[in-house]
Amino acid sequence: MQTPLLTFILRQGDRSLVLAQRLLEYITRAPEIEEDMALSNIALDLIGQARILYTYAGEFEGLGHDEDHFAFQRDPDQFLSPILVERPNTDFAHVIVRQFLHDAYAVPLWTRLAVSSDATLAGLGAKASKEAAYHLRHSSAWVIRLGDGTEESHERATNALEALWPCTEELFEIDEIDAELFTAGVSPDPTELRADWDRSIDEVLAMATLERPEPPSPAVTGGLGGLHEEDFDRLIGEMQELARAHPGVDW
Amino acid sequence: MSAETASSASAVEAIVLAVEDPELPHVTIGDLGMVRSVTIDGAGGVEVVLTPTYTGCPATEQIRDDVVGALTESGLSATVRFAMSPPWTTDWITAEGRRKLREAGITPPEHLGASTVSVTLRQPAPACPRCGGRESRLISEFGGTACKSSHVCTTCLEPFERFKAI
Repeated sequence: MQTPLLTFILRQGDRSLVLAQRLLEYITRAPEIEEDMALSNIALDLIGQARILYTYAGEFEGLGHDEDHFAFQRDPDQFLSPILVERPNTDFAHVIVRQFLHDAYAVPLWTRLAVSSDATLAGLGAKASKEAAYHLRHSSAWVIRLGDGTEESHERATNALEALWPCTEELFEIDEIDAELFTAGVSPDPTELRADWDRSIDEVLAMATLERPEPPSPAVTGGLGGLHEEDFDRLIGEMQELARAHPGVDW
Repeated sequence: MSAETASSASAVEAIVLAVEDPELPHVTIGDLGMVRSVTIDGAGGVEVVLTPTYTGCPATEQIRDDVVGALTESGLSATVRFAMSPPWTTDWITAEGRRKLREAGITPPEHLGASTVSVTLRQPAPACPRCGGRESRLISEFGGTACKSSHVCTTCLEPFERFKAI
């Protein structure tokens, strides 16, 4: 039986881990070595956040599961990450725009979680909000560089933005879990999160000379409930291969 | 507390403070302000509480092992616990730590105080740790380790790293 808090913790941990896994797939393919370092640093921060959340999930659940259990022993449909972060690394513009759309959400999320009534989430929020601010600064700078760059970079950034935009609605979906946790002072108000996100998005897109796409119809959603796109099985399969092939292995 | 236990408590603390960060030359975890407390229980076991720097810093586990190792060498059994709250800030890096960073060619972090990490895109350029030049160009917000960014000095043209303020 999964309580609302456990679901919330896993959603946040899964969002961080799945995005990190996508970034790690891309290492060595970035346009310059500094960018490979940047993306791997960002992925490390995300993995660090996921580890803390999974450890907390295990303590909270009380079934003796450790962080590795949640990362390596669950099936794809048990991952509760939004679709946005599982979208593939189609080109560098997709990697950057996906990161930007995510970071503009992560900064206000962690900042607001820093005052959560849940002490562990508040501690992590205070810490992760500082890291996320660096991530957002980095992805924003690249969005501006691509959008306000050459004809080709502008076109690729536009394509990425249009392809990923329908996945952003899911970040602000409110189900009974969010409603309950918000009322209990655990999680931030999704409408306030959305207002923060809108501000970041509009400011950076204007500087990038990119047009904000129309609200998606229909929105791409389902990940928070464990429904993922086709490539998700492969992503999780690759991530879990070692742990599944050698149960209990330590490395 | 007797004089003897007091001196041995400070000796134990000195061992912990002197453990070096595996990724920063000669900078100790004491210099970085990572050590929250060192307590010795009745049975002589040592409990060390550390604040991790970055959530994903791969050096964190190495540091834990190094602290346990240093105390074991002195015949002490130790446990290390990480406390996430309050979160570590670069403001906790000591004056000695900042001096060592500068000597290693790494610009120390600016003081954050009550302000938070800003997401403003144009950040003030850090000074060059080698020639002291005030002008520099950002190469990347990220460097060889999680805690640093990469820059190049426009005066002496040398690349350098900066310890990011968080």
